[in-house]
Amino acid sequence: MTFGGHMIHLVVILFASVFTENILLARFLGMCSFLSVSRQVKTAVGLGFAVVFVMTFTVALDWLAFQYILQPFHLEFFRFILFIIIIAAFVQFVEMVIERYSPALYQTLGIFLPLITVNCAILGASLFMVIRDYNLAEGIAFGLGSGIGWMLAIVAMAGIREKLTTARIPAGLQGPGITLIIAGLMALAFIGFTGVLSGR
Amino acid sequence: MLGKKKTKDVVLDALWGDNPVFRQVLGICSALAVTNLVINTVVMSVAVIFTTALSSFTVSLLRKYTPRVVRMMIETLIIAFYVILFDQALKAYWPDMSRSLGPYVGLIITNCIIMGRAEAFANANPPAISFVDGFFSGAGYAIVLLAVSVVRELLGMGSILGIPMPYFSTGLWDRWIIMVMPPGAFFTLAIIVWILRSVKLAHEAKIQGAKK
Repeated sequence: MTFGGHMIHLVVILFASVFTENILLARFLGMCSFLSVSRQVKTAVGLGFAVVFVMTFTVALDWLAFQYILQPFHLEFFRFILFIIIIAAFVQFVEMVIERYSPALYQTLGIFLPLITVNCAILGASLFMVIRDYNLAEGIAFGLGSGIGWMLAIVAMAGIREKLTTARIPAGLQGPGITLIIAGLMALAFIGFTGVLSGR
Repeated sequence: MLGKKKTKDVVLDALWGDNPVFRQVLGICSALAVTNLVINTVVMSVAVIFTTALSSFTVSLLRKYTPRVVRMMIETLIIAFYVILFDQALKAYWPDMSRSLGPYVGLIITNCIIMGRAEAFANANPPAISFVDGFFSGAGYAIVLLAVSVVRELLGMGSILGIPMPYFSTGLWDRWIIMVMPPGAFFTLAIIVWILRSVKLAHEAKIQGAKK
């Protein structure tokens, strides 16, 4: 493949993971924090940025670990544990660095970092990367795109939920119920992108 | 004292009182994706029950020897151990199913319910009752997911477990393709949560009224 062709291929993976294969709306990953941290746009943006950052880097790190540690020793089944350790260690490391060098950023982003270790979207992105046999560049494009897609979904949801505080919702539907219905409508809207792009 | 609960109370709490899915809508990430077909959901449910029951049992068994500072790490490793066992067994004996579940079996590790039961119950209770608690927490979760998958497969494909159903598989029923696509999962779960919560709210209001 020529250089230009390769770039286009990466851009397709990036856009497909943001829109047609949105990790939250089409793959249901990262639902827990999506349902519980989507009440305000401001916090949703903070968590979203943290996810984009962590996901892009952990997919790259996990790819290196899988390629150079697990595969040569035929320890592929060990990837669940290794990936989790890498994600936890990376998040811890980033937290320390930010706290030391940028207290302002720590105030906005830092509180979300511990939440991210248990966000299944992060581990899910790495597992998809293995299943789809991506190379490093494809993996990074996929990680970045999935992070952006997740952020897009949670920020949109937070915007809608801020408006909902004045709406009259049946008692049994309040909280998670109505959030799920909105998520369903958003997923429906995102299906509209199908056919525009395919990442595989 | 928390440790003195009766087995029956533990079971009822896990299935109904504190059912993690419709009480807090926790832990649906790893499993909602597989509710498009009932058979996938059944396998996933077995995986979740297997993992919650045995990891709660193991966490409880080791609770007196686990240093508190590394508790979370140990719990994660225990959970990961059982998930790997299941994943490897599935890959060996039912490779097609393993492929169609994709990464979701592995994602059971990050399922908040399992960690939640280990933290909230198994840490402070003896092994046998922790096993029961874990088993029924997993079962409570499985029931909701099975309900979602039955509705989705029936309305979307006209079948249950791949067996064509009368009326729904005939020309009389226009298949709702949307039900087997992602939005169908959100809508179905939302409606189930709505019904169960309304029943529960009505029940609580009745108890309140009786007290007055």
